Formats: sequence, structure tokens, C-alpha cells
Amino acid sequence: MTDSKYFTTTKKGEIFELKAELNSDKKEKKKEAVKKVIASMTVGKDVSALFPDVVNCMQTDNLELKKLVYLYLMNYAKSQPDMAIMAVNTFVKDCEDLNPLIRALAVRTMGCIRVDKITEYLCEPLRKCLKDEDPYVRKTAAVCVAKLHDINAQLVEDQGFLDTLKDLISDSNPMVVANAVAALSEIAESHPNSNLLDLNPQTINKLLTALNECTEWGQIFILDCLASYLPRDDRESQSICERVTPRLSHANSAVVLSAVKVLMKFMEMLPKDLDYYGTLLKKLAPPLVTLLSAEPELQYVALRNINLIVQKRPEILKHEMKVFFVKYNDPIYVKLEKLDIMIRLASQANIAQVLAELKEYATEVDVDFVRKAVRAIGRCAIKVEQSAERCVSTLLDLIQTKVNYVVQEAIVVIKDIFRKYPNKYESVIATLCENLDSLDEPEARAAMIWIVGEYAERIDNADELLESFLEGFHDESTQVQLQLLTAIVKLFLKKPTETQELVQQVLSLATQDSDNPDLRDRGYIYWRLLSTDPVAAKEVVLAEKPLISEETDLIEPTLLEELICHIGTLASVYHKPPSAFVEGSRGVQHKRLPPRAGSGESTESPDVGQSGPSEAPPAVIPSQGDLLGDLLNLDLAPPTATVPSVQPSMQMGAMDLLGGGLDSLVCSSPAMGAGLGAAPAAMPASLGSAPAVGGGLGDLFDLGGGVGMPTGSYVAPKTVWLLAMKAKGLEISGTFARRGGIIQMDLSLTNKAMSVMTDFAIQFNRNSFGLAPAGPLQVLTPLSPNQTIDVSLPLSTSGPVMKMEPLNNLQVAVKNNIDVFYFSCQYPLSLLFVEDGKMDRQVFLATWKDIPNDNEAQFQIKDIHLNSDVASNKLQGSNIFTIAKRTVEGQDMLYQSVKLTNGIWVLAEMRIQTGNPNYTWMCWRRPHVRECVSQNDSPVIS
Amino acid sequence: MIGGLFIYNHKGEVLISRVYRDDIGRNAVDAFRVNVIHARQQVRSPVTNIARTSFFHVKRSNIWLAAVTKQNVNAAMVFEFLYKMCDVMTAYFGKISEENIKNNFVLIYELLDEILDFGYPQNSETGALKTFITQQGIKGQPQTKEEQSQITSQVTGQIGWRREGIKYRRNELFLDVLESVNLLMSPQGQVLSAHVSGRVVMKSYLSGMPECKFGMNDKIVIDKQGKGGTTDEPGKSGKQSIAIDDCTFHQCVRLSKFDSERSISFIPPDGEYELMRYRTTKDIILPFRVIPLVREVGRTKLEVKVVIKSNFKPSLLAQKIEVRIPTPLNTSGVQVICMKGKAKYKASENAIVWKIKRMAGMKESQISAEIELLPTNDKKKWARPPISMNFEVPFAPSGLKVRYLKVFESKLNYSDHDVIKWVRYIGRSGIYETRC
Repeated sequence: MTDSKYFTTTKKGEIFELKAELNSDKKEKKKEAVKKVIASMTVGKDVSALFPDVVNCMQTDNLELKKLVYLYLMNYAKSQPDMAIMAVNTFVKDCEDLNPLIRALAVRTMGCIRVDKITEYLCEPLRKCLKDEDPYVRKTAAVCVAKLHDINAQLVEDQGFLDTLKDLISDSNPMVVANAVAALSEIAESHPNSNLLDLNPQTINKLLTALNECTEWGQIFILDCLASYLPRDDRESQSICERVTPRLSHANSAVVLSAVKVLMKFMEMLPKDLDYYGTLLKKLAPPLVTLLSAEPELQYVALRNINLIVQKRPEILKHEMKVFFVKYNDPIYVKLEKLDIMIRLASQANIAQVLAELKEYATEVDVDFVRKAVRAIGRCAIKVEQSAERCVSTLLDLIQTKVNYVVQEAIVVIKDIFRKYPNKYESVIATLCENLDSLDEPEARAAMIWIVGEYAERIDNADELLESFLEGFHDESTQVQLQLLTAIVKLFLKKPTETQELVQQVLSLATQDSDNPDLRDRGYIYWRLLSTDPVAAKEVVLAEKPLISEETDLIEPTLLEELICHIGTLASVYHKPPSAFVEGSRGVQHKRLPPRAGSGESTESPDVGQSGPSEAPPAVIPSQGDLLGDLLNLDLAPPTATVPSVQPSMQMGAMDLLGGGLDSLVCSSPAMGAGLGAAPAAMPASLGSAPAVGGGLGDLFDLGGGVGMPTGSYVAPKTVWLLAMKAKGLEISGTFARRGGIIQMDLSLTNKAMSVMTDFAIQFNRNSFGLAPAGPLQVLTPLSPNQTIDVSLPLSTSGPVMKMEPLNNLQVAVKNNIDVFYFSCQYPLSLLFVEDGKMDRQVFLATWKDIPNDNEAQFQIKDIHLNSDVASNKLQGSNIFTIAKRTVEGQDMLYQSVKLTNGIWVLAEMRIQTGNPNYTWMCWRRPHVRECVSQNDSPVIS
Repeated sequence: MIGGLFIYNHKGEVLISRVYRDDIGRNAVDAFRVNVIHARQQVRSPVTNIARTSFFHVKRSNIWLAAVTKQNVNAAMVFEFLYKMCDVMTAYFGKISEENIKNNFVLIYELLDEILDFGYPQNSETGALKTFITQQGIKGQPQTKEEQSQITSQVTGQIGWRREGIKYRRNELFLDVLESVNLLMSPQGQVLSAHVSGRVVMKSYLSGMPECKFGMNDKIVIDKQGKGGTTDEPGKSGKQSIAIDDCTFHQCVRLSKFDSERSISFIPPDGEYELMRYRTTKDIILPFRVIPLVREVGRTKLEVKVVIKSNFKPSLLAQKIEVRIPTPLNTSGVQVICMKGKAKYKASENAIVWKIKRMAGMKESQISAEIELLPTNDKKKWARPPISMNFEVPFAPSGLKVRYLKVFESKLNYSDHDVIKWVRYIGRSGIYETRC
């Protein structure tokens, strides 16, 4: 039989003919007709006009025909809701059929019909099917609950289906359990706060039992669900790990990856000195390597995940470099991923092998791959210092090939090598200059120009070289123009006598003939610098640049942690959190790794692996110089996704240009840090290292004066953040407040200019606690001259995180119709104290003991006349909770806990001497603050 | 979860389109065609994100299978499912081709309805599926209640890959140990890297629900037994056992038992399937050694001599031997003399290809060639790609030996002795290269 003929009917009047056939008396003819309808539907023809005729065929003994009709119904019911009702009776009847296959089919199909009226009729059959004697029906009904929930969540809750579904987790049939788990997990995702899954040791035990018995797919559902469980302690965690490890030998890669996810997550809780921890690490490597012998698509998924795993725990695969060597018949996407991992695993021990491989790759055919290989050589040079020499000579060999894109790529990476090892390899400059003419890509041209400018004093004909670029100045991309401007200014400062004309020329090109504001502004700044104070200009422009760090392309640690929780899923393939590509509420929950248990370990970095990049997570955080670049939006380089390691050259330009002066430029307002400056008198700061928060505390106590604010946290008076003279007439003053659990930034915008201001917008730079505007800046009416407007901007703490100096520094950009203005301010840390910061007494005690002395800071607060109870109440208003109180030798000791928005706990002891108005904050302590180890020595009292 | 599944022909015409989730619209079908199938460049990733919709695709001959989703699905699972879907289709109607898909589209829809529910993969073992999804489709009615519940319990049961009541007159099983041996050797004969990736493929034609136990010369097992002082002689066992780096098993194998006792026990699916895969890197028997000698005579001539030595028992025969000797790009002419087989210079591939049909163990053979070069002003030296080799040998280069495969079927009256068992070892070259 050849059903393919159904695909070829294209004649007119087809629908009419089909209608006749569908109503035929002959069963065979009817079936043929339905097949034709389905074929038409598949290729995208609209056959909805046949709805009544097809539905008429539904009452049949022929299972195949029935399935076809159901398929049709699922497709068109939504567009013909009224007619779909005709089908309900048959469905309800089928749900009572003697044959379990038909019962299941009916309930499965009904769930796919998204018509309200049908949904109503679904409830009773579904309830019966959930308790059906046949497991096949039950497993189908379990999934149907998820379908129904997708259509009408409220109905599912009202009908109590969720409880029935939960009961199915204890079903005797493993497949029913697996489907129930899948359905519950999905429903739970859309109710982030409900405790729907309600995982406890008993249910976990049931799941682990079912894990051994159900299908490969069921194992995946269960493992993915297990991964969201948080074991109570390290022992439970270990016992789950022990029962999950056998899955690593499963032939299905998805089972293996999901098992890896559970292990990676739960390992986090195991103490490092445990034997089992080491055993587990060893067990993880072989299955990961085996994944590389799967089909190419799966290899790709595996490699993307291994990329994450290698960043989190480099020790697992550090000896497995060879398996990542590229094979000639690998698909290109596998090749590129392998290359990435090779660089991550490169170390002094294996660098010779890696370099030999990379050199091979650089002679391949695929352009992208070759480019990446060339860049990889540069990254090796930067990462493994001992190999730099060899890498540079390899790059020179490659330049000799004269292959255009190889040469350009090589020059770009050599520039980075110069940034890492200044004044070391200038001997290669001559070779580079030979290839000047062949460079046609902006990035390569810009890199070359940077090199010429940077080493102008050693290149005899630097002026000629740069001049040659100047001829086509206006045809160059902005990146090249900016770089050329800077390079010529550098040249001028180094050889002022011969190059005066050149610098004049470039400055006038940049300032007078260019439309690009960045170029113009930079031109003006140079011009003014050069004309007012050449010595200062030299200090700024020729300032020593910070060295680039070795691994700038690591994924930011919090994101990495989140991605580890998503091993195996799309998020791990895209290296993006689910919220970045999933619409709606699903997947927006941010997953976190569990905190490590075990004594004495709590504050240690999670990666105590003997070596490896993960030991220094702060390295990932860009330096503040870059950040200013970001903020000033000077970074005009094209997206550098392909070369994450290479800092966009423009950013360097920005630093060249502004040098150290930037800090003062951005923070020039004397009111900077004013949020705290309000109460300087209260701050003797016996420990000088803690001015910021100490100040905040002083503020809190200042209230002691007893103005009527018994509850709620302290709000500092507004201070001026942006002076009108610095911002073309816009003055901004403001303060921060926490009201009812919401962080708000109260701003007063004053127009001191002559014209009306409109179109206000606000943006924050990345900051230590991820503060970000939760909504737009609501300035609805235009701000007329001399008018002041007060706005309250709600803030969220879900923005991007970057450590600031000081920690509570916040850099803000405000835009209006005139320009963009930048200022920075500091927020009191108390802003971030959350309402549920009361720690359990027992936990408090345990944690207190574990905190090492290094994490302790103390200082005094003077001139505050409160007794301990009043102080305690006051502090509670600011979400500083008193856990315990005791009196020792006439001193009241208050033990307090505070929780920050990012989950960091701070513990404090407060000593109040009666009769003596001195309050001594003894110590603030930070237990298990894994994310922020880098902040240990920061000025905050943490 | 999977939101929809589409099958296209090479032109991008839809052959099958099944949507499981409401968030996937009809336009998704077109989006994939336009952005992937009709895309100008080569596909750069098996996962494509178009307008917040993710597409996973695999290609079989010129047929595209694409799974679509808008959620954060388990990506590995989606690909595993697509492969499984291909297996199931092949088991039902043979090769995956446009013609076969069109001819079986009703069946495919029926399968898709069964093995994917709301985007969640369900039991997809062909053994089980074939009991109730048949091309005749009439099986719906005449079944008895017992038959029906037997089907459902099998589909949902612990042994979803095998149906009950299988009967064979002759109980027979075939084991194939298929290995591919990979090598990278330096010109001086030093092994730079070598590994074997192997598969144990089983064809079982056994009645009932047989319980099987598979044993091989796994070092861990042998050592354990050696300590226990059972049957094996201590000295002998050490030599014969092999260290397995890692292995994975078909879902019929009880993994927890393997984890705790390292014993491989299972109830096999009926017919052919892959019981296990493994990797080894230690003590590999390299069936051939390639000894290259390249001499540059002036700027326009190269002399190449390559000796291959077979390194296995003289009684065994290697087959399909092919040695590929790369030549420089500016080669103008080649003269070859070989002792055995045929050798040819293939200008289009820039290589001399030397083929030998059969070669016994512990022999050696040699080829010498004179390569004339065109003078070039290219400063770059010839990179000398490695000499690669292909072959097939009738033993397992890893040294793996099947020690036993015991079959127990308590309910039927046949015992382990009645089962006819066949074991075959085939070692093939993977990437087998020697630098010169």
C-alpha cells in the first residue's frame, strides 16, 4: 500500500470530494478519506471546513481510524469550539471502555483539546482514570493533569487533582511514578512558591526506588526532579549520591547528564576531606569522557556542559586533555566546542601538546575554526606564562603563511599578548608591520594601530605608518578611528618635534569633520589636554595600563552556579539562564547550589581544588576601569562574543584617554557618598576600616533622639548627588529607603536650567548587590525650569552583580532630553537587610562558633543613650534581629542576625555598658558566605 | 518539554507535523525551514534559537527531524528521543526516506501519539510498541481482556523492552564484540595516544523471559575472584584480564547491581540490540605497526618508504587493509612499487592509497614511492600529514574476552546448555595514524 499518494492531491474541489467520501457508507472509503484529510492538514492546508464530517467518523470500532479522527480534533477543535462539543459524548464513553488502551487514548486526547466546555467534561473521567486499575491509564492520566493545568490552573486546584497526583508518587508502578513526577515538576514551575513537590526523605526514597525500575525517560524525569531537592545534611546528600551513581553507566546520555547534575549539585554539600568526595570526583570523569563517543548532536550538548563543569570543578577532567583533541571528521560545532575546552584545560603540564594541536588546526579549511585556533594560541600565551615565548613564535610562523584571515587574527591576539607582557616581544613588531597593507578587518587594523602607537618610540617610521591610515580616515570604522586618534596622540607625546602636523591633522579630523560624538569628545579632550598641560597629558595618555587578567572569559560565578543546576538542559547549551530565553513565569526561578555543610568549612571557598582557575573567582569580575568604560558607554567595539578573552580594544582606548582621572571625573561631586555623610558626628569609627556601614549604623542610632519613627527602617535625609553645574542644569538629590520590604530610591529632580526637561530615564551600573531599577523612572510631566519633582523608584536586587569599591557604591546614569549624566552614590547597607533575617537560635549558636576570626570586625558607636531593649527594638525596625540577650559583668550583650538580599548572613554581638553611654559593636560575622569570599577584607563590617 | 515534532524532506516540505503544546504555532514549521533547511551557510549548531523558540534537529540521509520547544527542556533528552524515534521508525518500516515516511504517515502519527505525551517521552521500545501498534490497526477489538492488560502491563512495566510469550523452536544467541582501535604514533614508533572503543552487540532469539548473566575478563572482577581463591590460577588471570576505563549499558542491565557487584545481569530485548559500550586505554594490542621513512632529495623529489608489520597470531587474517600516504600539494608524478596488494596515486586526494586484501599475522610488507615535485616559491614547508590506516581483524584489540553468557529461564523447559551461543570478535581501525 502506498499512502504517499495522499500527499499529492492538489486538484481543485478537493474539499467537496472529501466531504462526499467522508459521508460514504463504506468503511474503507471513509478511512481513506480521513487519511487524505490528515495528509492535507500536515502539509498546511486548511481542512477545518470538514469538521462535522470528520467528527461523524469518530464513533467507530476501528482504532486506527479513531486515532486519526482524534488527531484531527486536536488540531481544529480550538477553531471550532461549538462543534467540538459534538465529540464530548464519544470521549466520555471511551473513558469507560473495557479496553485500557482506549480509555487512555480518550483521556490523553481530551487533555489536548483546549476548549473550555470540553475541559469541564474532562474532570470526572480524569478523576476516574487517575484511580484506574490499569497502570497504563494511570500514567496517561498523570500527564493529563499537567495538560489540564496548562489550560485552566484554577480548575485543577479546585478539583483536588494535585493531591491525587501527589498520591501517585507512591504508586506501585514505576512509570506512573515517573509521569506523576514529571507532571508535578512542571506544575510546580509555574507556582514558584508553592511547596507542591513537597520533597522529603520519604518521597525521595520512593523516587530513588522507582529510579531503578522505570524507563530511561522516566529516569530522566526523576533525576531532574531530584536535582531540585535540598538534602538536610551532608549524610543525606551522600546517601542520595550513592544511589544515583550507578546511573552514570546508562547508555542514554541524558540519564548520564541528569545524574551528573544531581551529583554536581549535592557534592557541594559534602565536606572536602571526606573520602567519598574524592571517590565521587573520580567517578565523574569516565562517563563524561564516554559522552564524547555519542552521536555528534549529543556530543555538542555534552561539550557545552563539560565547559561548565570544567569551570566549576577543573580537577575532574584535568588529566583528560587528549580526548578533547579535534578529529578531522567532527562537525564544525563539535570542533569549536572542543577547542574551547582545550584552552580551559591548558596548563603548564600539557601546553606543548596543546600548542602542537592548535598549530595543526590553524592550517585547516574552516575559517571560523582556524580563527578560533589562532586566538586560542594567544589565550594559551596569556594563560600559561612559560609558554608565551613558544606561542609568539607559533603565531609568527602563522603570519608567515600570509593567509589573510590568519594574519589578522594573529595580530589581534598579539596585541593582547603585549597587554599581558609589555615590552617583552617587541622584536616581532617588524614582522607585523610588514603585513600592514593586508589588514582589512577593523579589529585587526585597530589592533595594529594600537601596537604602533604603544611602541611608537621604537618604530622608526611610526609617523609614516600612522599617516598612511589617516588618508582614508572617514572610511574607517569608529573603532579604528578612535584607536588612530589615540595612537597619534601617543606618538606626538613621544616624539613631539616631528609629529606636530600629524596630530593637528587628526585632531581636526576627529573634532571638526566627524559626526561621531565619541570621536569628537575624545578629540576635544585630547586637544584641551595637550594645549593646557602637556605634562599632564603625558601622565594621562601614557599612563601604565593595568595588565589583562588571564581568564577573562570565565562565566560569572553566580551564573555558573545557576547553570550547574541546569546541566543537560537548554540553559546549559546556551550558557544563559532560562529566564533569558523562556517566556512567562516558567523557568524564571533562579536555582542555586546548596550551601556546603560540615564544620569548619563554612566560609571556605567551594573550590579547594589544589589548583585551577576556579580558585580565584574574583578574577572574573572586571576591573573598575572596564566598568567605567561600560558606564561611559565608550565601548564601541563590535560584540566580541567570538573572542571573549580579548578585551575590546576600544575599552583600552577609554582607559588610555581617561587614565586615572576617571575616578574623580565620575565622582567629582563632593556629595559623593553622601548617603552616609549625613551623620559623621556619630561615627568615631574605632575601626577605621568600616566607615560605610558604621555610618549607616550611626544613622540608625541617631534616631535615638526619639523622633516619632518607632518602626520601619531609618531613612537618611536627601543629599545632593548630582550638581546642577555638572549636569547642564539638572540637580539630583536623593536617598534610599526600605519600605515594607521594598527598596526604594527617593529622588528629587530639580531643573535649574532655562529650558524644559523631558524624557527621563535611569540606569545603574553593575554593583555589588545587583541593585537595579524595578521599573522605569516615572517622571510623567516635563520638568519646567526651577521646578522640583520628587520621584520614588522601586529597586530590585536581581540585576547583574559586580563587586564595587567601596562595596556599597552605586554608579548611576540619568538621561534626559539634553544629555546623559553620571554620578555615583552610596547606599546604606541596611537597605539590604531583609525581613526574614531572624536566624534560628540553634543555628545562630552553631554558626557563631564556626566563624573564623578573620571575618570579624568591631567598632564603637558613641553618644547614644539607649538601653538594650530600646536599641533592640529600634534595630528590629531596620531588620536587625536580636536573637539572644545576656548580661555579663554589668554589660548587656545582644546577639543579632541580619540577612542580606543576596542571602548572606551577618551575625553581630552588641555590648552595651549600663551607665556608660558607649555601645560597642563587637563583631559582625559572616558564616557560609560562599559567593562573597572576595569581599572578606572589604570595608564593610562583614 | 518538547512542544512539537516535525519531519521534512530535503526541500523543506513538511512530511509530518505533530504539535504537543499550545505555545508552538504553525509558523514554527516555517521558521525552521527558512532559517535552517534553506539557510545559505552550513549548519553551525544542532540547536537553533529562532524568536525564543528552540529547534533541535538531526538528519538521516536527506530527511530532517526537528523537535521544537519554548521551554528550558532537557536538551540531551530531546536528542536521545530523536535518535530513538529514528530507531523506532527503522524498526517498523526500514530505511528513513521520504517515500517510506509518506507511505507510513498514519503509522508515524500513531507512534508519535504513543511515545510522546504532552512532550514527555513514554515507553519507546519497539518490542513493546509492536504488540499494540500494528500497521493493520485492526488489533483493537478481538483482543481478550487478558491480552489487553498484558500489553499495558508490559508497556508500563519494569521490563518494557520485552514482551511476554516469545517462543522459539531453537534458542539461539549471537554476541558480536565490535571494537574500533585508535592510534596516534610518532615517527619513531612511540605511542602518543591509543584507545579502543568497543561495543557488545547481542542478537537474542530466546523463548520466554530469560534471565541472562554476561561475564568478560574485566580486571576488577577477575582480581576479586583471584583474591577469593576460586577457580582461576593467580598468574594466569592477571595476564588475561583487561582494565576497562568506562562502560555504559542498555537499559535492560541492572545498573545498581553492576555498581555494587560489577556483575552484568539482564533480561534481554528480543532481536538485535547493543548490550554495552566500553572504552579501554591500557595494554592495547596494536594490530599493525607502520614504519615510515621519508627522504627529501633536493627540492623536487621525495622518496617515501613505508613498512607495515602485522602484530598478531600468524593463524589469523586481517582484511580490507588500506594505507593512505599523503603527498605534497605540488606533486607532479609518482612511481610506486609495492610487494603486496595494489597501490595507486590519487591526485584528487593528494595521497598514495595502498590496498591489501588479506594479510596474516606476524608478516611484513613494504611500499616505496618516488614523488616528483613541481618547483614552487612557496616558503612554507609541507606540513607532512600523518599516514593513516584502515583494516579489519578477527580479534578484539583491547584483549576483551567473553567468559560466559548464562541464560536462565525458570518457567520454560530449556536450560543454559540448550541455548546455542555464537561469539564473534571484530576489530576495526578507528583513527589509526602514524606521523612521518
